[in-house]
Parts: sequence; structure tokens; C-alpha cells
Amino acid sequence: MTLAYPTSVAPRRNQSLARRLDWPLIIAALSLSVIGALLVWSASSSRLNDFELDPQTYLKRHLINLVIGIALAVLVSRFDYRLLRAYTPILYGLSIIGLVVVLSPIGSPINGVQAWINLPGGFSIQPSEFAKIAIILGMSMLLSEKRDAENEPRDIDVVYSLAVAAVPVALIMLQPDLGTVLVIACAVFGIIAVSGAPARWLIGIVVGGALIAFVAFQVGILKQYQVDRFTAFVNASDPELARTIGFNTLQARIAIGSGGLFGQGLFNGAQTQGRFVPENQTDFVYSVAGEELGFAGAALIVLLFGVILWRAVRIAMRASDLFGRLVATGIACWVGFQAFENIGMNLGIMPVTGVPLPMVSYGGTSMFATWIAVGLLLNVHLRTKE
Amino acid sequence: MSDRSTLRLAVLGVLLASLLITLVSRLFFLQVVSADTYTAQSSNNRIREVVTPATRGLILDQLGRPLVANRTSLVVSVDRQEIADQEDGGKAVLTRLAKALGTTYTALSYKLELCGPDAHEKPPICWNGSPYQPIPVAEDISQELALTIMEKRSDYPGVSAGLEAVREYPSPYDANAAHILGYLGPVSDDELAAQKRKVQEAQEAGTPIADESLLRRTDLVGRSGLEAEYDEALRGTPGIKRLEVDQTAAVVGTAGETDSVPGQYLVTNIDAKLQSVVEKQLLEAVKRARATDSRTGPGKYKADSAAAVVMDVTNGHILAMASYPSYNPTVWVGGISSKEYKALTSTKSNFPLISRATQGQFVPASTFKIVTAAAALESGYSPYSQFDCPARYQVGNRYFNNFEGEFFGRLSMAKGLAVSCDTMWYEVAYRWWLQDGGLDPKAKPADPIEKMAKAFGLGKRTGIDLPSESRGRVGGREFKKLLYEQLADAWCKRAKTGYPEVATTDPSRAAFLKALAKENCADGDVFRAGDAVNLAIGQGDMVVTPLQMAQVYAAVANGGTIWQPQIAKGLVASDGTVVKQFPRKKMGTLPVSKSNLAFLRSAFTDVTTQPYGTGYNPFNGFPLDQIPVAAKTGTGQAAKAGDQSTSWFATFAPSNKPKYAVVMMVSQGGTGAGTSAPSVRKIYEAIYGIKGSTVDPSKSVLQGGAPARSLPTVKSDGTPVYPELAAEQAQKKAETASPSPSSTQVADDAAKPDQSGQAAGLVAVSPLLLLGARRAARRRRRQPPPTASPPGQWRTGGGP
Repeated sequence: MTLAYPTSVAPRRNQSLARRLDWPLIIAALSLSVIGALLVWSASSSRLNDFELDPQTYLKRHLINLVIGIALAVLVSRFDYRLLRAYTPILYGLSIIGLVVVLSPIGSPINGVQAWINLPGGFSIQPSEFAKIAIILGMSMLLSEKRDAENEPRDIDVVYSLAVAAVPVALIMLQPDLGTVLVIACAVFGIIAVSGAPARWLIGIVVGGALIAFVAFQVGILKQYQVDRFTAFVNASDPELARTIGFNTLQARIAIGSGGLFGQGLFNGAQTQGRFVPENQTDFVYSVAGEELGFAGAALIVLLFGVILWRAVRIAMRASDLFGRLVATGIACWVGFQAFENIGMNLGIMPVTGVPLPMVSYGGTSMFATWIAVGLLLNVHLRTKE
Repeated sequence: MSDRSTLRLAVLGVLLASLLITLVSRLFFLQVVSADTYTAQSSNNRIREVVTPATRGLILDQLGRPLVANRTSLVVSVDRQEIADQEDGGKAVLTRLAKALGTTYTALSYKLELCGPDAHEKPPICWNGSPYQPIPVAEDISQELALTIMEKRSDYPGVSAGLEAVREYPSPYDANAAHILGYLGPVSDDELAAQKRKVQEAQEAGTPIADESLLRRTDLVGRSGLEAEYDEALRGTPGIKRLEVDQTAAVVGTAGETDSVPGQYLVTNIDAKLQSVVEKQLLEAVKRARATDSRTGPGKYKADSAAAVVMDVTNGHILAMASYPSYNPTVWVGGISSKEYKALTSTKSNFPLISRATQGQFVPASTFKIVTAAAALESGYSPYSQFDCPARYQVGNRYFNNFEGEFFGRLSMAKGLAVSCDTMWYEVAYRWWLQDGGLDPKAKPADPIEKMAKAFGLGKRTGIDLPSESRGRVGGREFKKLLYEQLADAWCKRAKTGYPEVATTDPSRAAFLKALAKENCADGDVFRAGDAVNLAIGQGDMVVTPLQMAQVYAAVANGGTIWQPQIAKGLVASDGTVVKQFPRKKMGTLPVSKSNLAFLRSAFTDVTTQPYGTGYNPFNGFPLDQIPVAAKTGTGQAAKAGDQSTSWFATFAPSNKPKYAVVMMVSQGGTGAGTSAPSVRKIYEAIYGIKGSTVDPSKSVLQGGAPARSLPTVKSDGTPVYPELAAEQAQKKAETASPSPSSTQVADDAAKPDQSGQAAGLVAVSPLLLLGARRAARRRRRQPPPTASPPGQWRTGGGP
């Protein structure tokens, strides 16, 4: 028996566009973005006040980013995603160029990571975020091309698709941005798995990934701070490490732990307003939710991600073709694992890697990329025949 | 699309869902299960306490003269945070500062290290206070250096120089009083641990203790003397500013603030002028002894230690109390060096930290006869009874001699006391001992002397308001039993094994010791006739502190009331309001009739007034007709073999209307009459304003010729008012009137203790001075103060 849906899909033009939209997905994404705006506001206002800057600077920028993100999502969802396949190579090429540029002197290092390109007007973009989309689209395209003739991708397709992922991953490794690499690896694995590729590839990827990680750790490809973050995570109880490297995570954990059931209220979190948690409008924004909104708010965020993942997997299930399914799968893996990595790091169950919480963390590129992903999901959804 | 694809997608969906479930579980654990832990950590995190120490209260004499004051000292402090923020970790700054202070970078950086498990164990210097408080690294620096540091901010970032309060001893009239005043030391870990327990208990009991009243790591507490006894009152309450800080320790707000309350002023009964006289006379007595040939052996008297007490017999107030050897209390200020500490606790210096007046235990000898006489009077002897006073008296197979083999034939009790006959009391005590059953005592022996001694308060603490007072002991039947219980095992073991370690060098001595051990093992608990007669004349196992003796004589003098000796007169707040006046405290009443007490007073007066009295010569020419002095000499055979005799002179006056008790004791000092009595006479002369044979109360060292009744005035600005104040202020005014234009001179003035900082130069830099100078903080760990017991006065028995 096949679970596949008919592949010849005509858009469901008999219903209005509004009715055909995946509203749970949109509402969940919007909610996360708005909660994110509030958290970013709360996290940054006291700091900005001190420097006598507009305390709403980050709030405003976050909202601008959101509007741009939504616009991009609308734009992306309007195209037939099958047409997007044609643009994929261009998009892929652009993101490679972007990744090369950040490594050049034009890129500006933040926290020792060369991941940003500064733009006029105080904005900066992070090409690795767009690279995620490019990889997902590129891999999905390669793995779904032969779909009409055969049931499974040939080995050569898998090799090509891995090569497509490898180039940007290598460039991102050079930044170095381990967290993004992990997220991409997760998406790559998900796409190859769902493409129906032989199981040996899946085992091979897992074993190969573990080997690379082991060698990187031993040989010292990783920078010291990356090793330190990892050891701090493993030896969380070591007071010396806790004081130095584990400081951020400990403070984040204290913030979250002191939130209790309903939190201390926005703008009232002692840890947050006392600025004990570093990077708490970006990577550690979840600690603000934990402290100020409590278990109720923090769990709601996880729940909203759950809604997005549910919708993404559902869209993948129902996609009218393999390309659409693989794109949705890649996005689900990306958003799901990135959220897990970020929240897990805030909760002290994952090592510290600099990945933002999709839509919640302050950061334009991440916001744009995630909303583009939402747009892609909607696109696939709109072209699914019920 | 293949089934495989769909299946894998479904599995992927489950995997993603499980990730989210993991997050929610962990979140639940953090926020709901362990919320309390993290909430506590969070509040510790953001509140930093900045403590403004309270100015410690002054200790004043009865007229308000400061005995202990606070002085400001120029202190260099280093802010760890600011130093750490330097590019090179502050190395350049600290090296520069070390050079200016004449020390090394290493030594300086040790002082900045925080105490804790990570701190260097050696050398034992580390900062045990809050890392948020500037750490003092040098005290009493020169004004030039202070000004350099303040002016060249860029050369010394994180370094500040300012005025801090440290203890100062103005020593009015050169009165030292070190043993009364005591000293300060850092809070110990044990005390902090004990406090923690107390706080926990209080919390559980629902009566939490206010933070302000708690000791902090940086606090100095009284370690001895009045500083220790009245520590809480003197300490005051520190002001605590609770600052909300962020992760970088930058202050973001104030969560609460309490002002510091200066410590209360402790007014004592001590009169500085009298104290000075007593100290001087005690030293004279020591000198006198050291110039006298020993009667019992070759050479002069050693006079290794001495003590004197002047007590108001009507209320137990201690007007003066001195102990020799003494020390300069200033050594403790700003932390005692190990060299100084060693010197103060060495055998060579003879332990000057120990107050012989309250902690030294000495054989009272004949001064104890006041107890024996009281016991005799209350046990049937009449004041008119006649006694025999032979040169020696036989008890069993032993002869007990009179002092230097004197004999007086038949005499009255009064005369017996005046000439200090021993043999008459031997007979009395021996009879009582026989009546009690002798070697086979009755179930309830009468033991009149032992009971009377206890009724006089001997063998227990007087209750004086000073720490670590000695009990002394009544060397009677009970003591023998107690001693036997403790030592029987050792004695019996020695009775078998002997003393092989002694035998190698001195076989005969070893044999003697073994025989003694055997005897003691067999019946060491028996109160023998020899013990009984020794007790009667205050010898043997009987030991007292000089203060106890003063209490005994005061009780007879005042008609039978035992007052608790009291040094503190009252507490006055730093704004001048009287907090409390300590009432006199009755400890007991002598079981002696009024008439018998009156007889004793007159009998002891004979000691100085009758030509045959042992105190006649020392008081020759003293206007005894106006100020009759009751007294008793004592020449004790020291408890320790080989030691010279203990000189005692215990007195009260005027014996017809007693007011003062004066007791002096010089260990290894010869006779009471020869060594101590002349000094006691001088003390009375000072008290009564006696010159030659004329009494002039206006010449008394005591203002108005008597101890002050009320507490001295403390002005609302905290200045105590005392007789010499006006003269001192006038003098100061004259000094400051002279032109002083240079900036160094300005700094000079600011550093003076009493000027609350009108001088502009330093005050601008150290606003704390205006609020009340900070207590000196220590910079190194020091040893706990000595708990050494008085040397050599406890005879454990069994020795020859």
C-alpha cells in the first residue's frame, strides 16, 4: 500500500487563499515572533537605558525584521515551489559567495566567529542562515529529480547531494560556527533519510559524523573555546569550569530556575534585568522567557515549536511531490533541531553553540531565513491537493 | 513517493517530538522541582552588600577620660576589581605601589588574594573579606605617599588612600590598664560557624536575627578584657547598603540601606589617675623586692609577677586593677606581628597577656586567716579566747613551725592575728580535724574553715565582668577527693612501675617518688591533719586570685555583703544618652554575725596600729588616727618547689567606716610587710590626699576625694567631657592658631584623631571620615589569642 498522494496537483483554486493557508503554522510562527519581540525588549532595555539609548531600539529592529521576514515569506509562498527549483542553483551560488565574503576582510567577527557582513544602517547579515535554505533546496532538488522513473535515489544522487551540502558546510566550519554545522547536518540527514536513500547511507552519515567529531576534538581542528564549551557542558559540576566557561549557562539556568511556574513578569526578572545572563537578547533569549514568563511561558514556546514541527511534518506528508516533501522535511529538521539546541543550551542539557532560537532571538538574518522557511512550507502546503 | 520515505518521515516526526518532550521535562525539573534552589541563587547573585562599619565605642574611665579611643590611620587600599581590569592584570600598578610602600610585588599580590580553597597556604596572607571591598594593604603610611597616590590617579588606578579608624590608647596619666581593656582580633572561623548555626536555629524558631547584628568576615571582635566582655555593646551596628549589581559587578540600583549605629561608650569604674598610681606602686613593689635579699635562699627576690586591686567595698566597683608584667596594648592595633606575638607568649617574657589579678592563682598564706578567724568565731571561739602561740606545733609525728620560728606565748585572737601567729591556728584546726573524726572522718564533717572559705566566695569565680577569670580553689577535704578521683589511676600505676626515667639520674628521688605514689594510691583521698593545719593558715592546696582576696576583705569591711566586682559603670550612646547604669550585684552574705565582723575589723586594724602588728612599720607615720587601715600581711610559701615566697598585703580602710579595699600581691616577692605594704600605703595616700600625716581630700587622685557617683557626660557629638578636657582643648586651640599654610600641614591636622575632618585636603578624598571612621581591617590571618593557663600555680600532687 502506498501512502503517497497523487502527484499531479492543481492548486485548490476552488477555495479562497485565506482558507487554504496553514493557519496553525502561521499563528505559531507569528506568536513566537511576537513573544520574541517582547523578550528581546525586556532583555535589552535596561542595558540600552544605561547607555542612554532608546530602550526600544532592539524591539523596533526586531519588529522591522519580522515585517521583512513576513514579506519574504509571502513572496516565497506566492511562487510555485516547483518554479523555485529553477532558481535554486542561483540561490545556492549566492549563498556560497556570501559565505566566502564573510571569511574575507569584509566580514566582521563577533565573539570570535566570522559570520556576519555589516550593512549600512546598523544591520548585518549572516550568510550561513541563507546557506541552510540553499542546501535544503539544492539537496531536495538533486534527490527528487529522478523520482518519476525510480523509487529511490541512486547512490550517485546521494553523493551529489552530500557534495552540495559539503561546500557551504566547509565554509561555515571555517568561520567557525559549529552550531550551524550541526543544524545543517541534521537537515541533511533528514532529507537523505526521507528521500528513501539506501539505509547504508544513513548509517554511513552517522558513523562518519561521529568520526569527524572525534578527530576534530582530538586533533585540535576545533578552537579552544569550542572544546572548553564542550568540557564545561560535560563537567557542569566542576566549580572552576562553572565559574569561568560555564558562567553563561549557569546564569541562564539560575534565571530559568528562579522563574518558577509563572515567572517574575516581563521586565522584572532579576537575572535578566541585572544582566547576569550574557547574550540574552540573542542566544540566551530563552532564559528571559524562563525567568520572566516562568514555566507557563517557556513551555508555551516549546509548544509553539511543536505546532510548527507538527505542521511541517504534516505538510511533508501531504506534499504533492518528493521535492516538496524533502523541502518540508529539511525545514522541520532545521527548525526543530535548532530550537532544541538553543533551548537545550539554555537549560544546560546541550553544549553552548551560538545558534539563535528561530524567530525568538534578536537577529535579522535568522528571522528572515526562518520566515522564508515558513513561506516555503506554506508554498508546499498551498500546492497540496487535499 | 515510496512507503519507505513516508515511514522515515513519520519516524523523523517522532524523533522531533521527543526532542521537544525532553525540553519540557527538563524545563519542568528546573522551574518547578528545583525552583527554590535557583531562586536562592538568583537573589544571592544580584545583591551585594557594602558594609559601612560602625565606629567602635570608646572605653572611658569613671570621669570620662578615654582609656580606649579611636585614632585615624592613613591606609592604602586596593580595589581588586579595578586592578584586575588593567591590561596586564595590574602588575605595573602593583609593582609601582610596592616600590612606594617599600615592599615587593609578590608580597603585595598575596595580600590581594582571596582566602579560600584556592588561596596559597603559604605564606598565610590573604584577604578574607568581601572581594567587593577595597583591601587595605598598608597602614600608617606617610602623608606624602598618601597625597602622591591621591594626586597621581593615572599612576595608581584602583589604589586609594584614606583615613580609617584604629584603636588608640590615650593612656591618661600613663595608665596602662592593658589587662582590663583587652584587645581586638579578627573573627574566627569557629565563631562564624557558630553564628551560622545560631542563625539557622533562630530561623527555624521563627525569630530570624537581623543581618546587621551579625558578625562579618572583616569584623574585629574583642578578644580579651572589656573589649571582649562588652563586645556587642562596643561594636555598634554596621550600616549595610544592599546594592543590586549586574554580572560585571556594576551597580544598577540600591535595594536597601541602613545607617551604621556607632558603638556605645563603656564607662568604667576605673579612675585613670588612681590606676596610674596603682600601676606605679605595683612596679615599685616589684623593684623593692628585686632589691631585697631573699630570706629563704641565695640572691635577691625574683618578683616574677604581681597584681594589685582597689575595690570600693560598698558596691564592688573596681577603681583600679593592675597586673605585672604588662604590655603595650598598641601591639594589637592593625594586626600583631608574629614576632610580637611570640614575645608576648614566651616564657621569657613571663606571659604578660595574663592578668595576674584575675587569672593568676596564688597561695594566700596569712591573708587567709581572716577566713579562719571568722570560722573560729562562728564555731564557738569568743573574741576574748586565749590561744597558745608556740614556735612550733606538733601534729601527729610532724612539727609545723611559726613563721621564722617566732613564739608569742599566750595571746588573744586579735593579737594572734596582728602578729600573724600560725601555731595557734594549727591547734584550732587540728582540734576541729580530730572532732571531724581525724583519719576516719564522720559522714558529715563540720569542716568549719573549708565551709567558711566557700562562704567567702573562694574556690569560685568572683563574677567580675572580665573574661577567663580563674576560680582558685579551696584546698580542703572536697578538693582532696576530687584530686584523688582524677589522679588515683596515675598514682597507682606509678606505685607499681616506679619512676624509671628519674631513677637513671637520681635513684633516691625516684625511690621517694615511688613511695609517695604508693601512699597516695592507698589513701590519697584522705584529708590528713597536715592538710587541715595547712589550710588554716592559707597554705597547702589553697590558692586564690588577688581579686578574690579583695572581695573577701571588702565583704568583712562592708558588714558581710559579697559584691560582684564590677569594672563597667554604665553604657552611654555615642550621642550622649545614657543607655544603662550597671547596678551593684550582690553575690552573697557572709555567715558571720555583725559583732564578729566588727571584731574582725578592729582586730585587723591592730595590724597597722599596734607596734607588734606586722603592718606597723610600713604604716609608721601614716595618719591612722584619721584613716585607720585594717590590714593583713601574707608571706606565702609558694606552691611550686624552689619558688620564693609570695608577698601579700590585703587591706581595707577606713576601718571604722570602710570604703576601699586594697590588695597587693608580688609573686616570689618576699614578705608582705617588706614588699607590698609600702606600696599599698602609697596607694592610700594617693586616694586620701595624704602628705606626711595630713589628710587633704582636695589632693586626692579621685576627684572630690571619692569615686564619682554618676556617669560622665558625653556630648551629642560624641565627645566625652572629663576634667582635663578644657585644658586640652585650649592647648589644641593654641597649636592650631599658629599659621600652617602648607598642604602637608593640612594633611597633618586631618590625621589627628579628634578633629572630625575639617581639613579639606584628605576629607575630599575620604568622605567616609565624616560618617565615622572605618574600623581597621586586617590583612592577614593571625593566631587565636592565648588561652594559656597561669603558669606554675597548679600543683598536681605527687611531687615532693
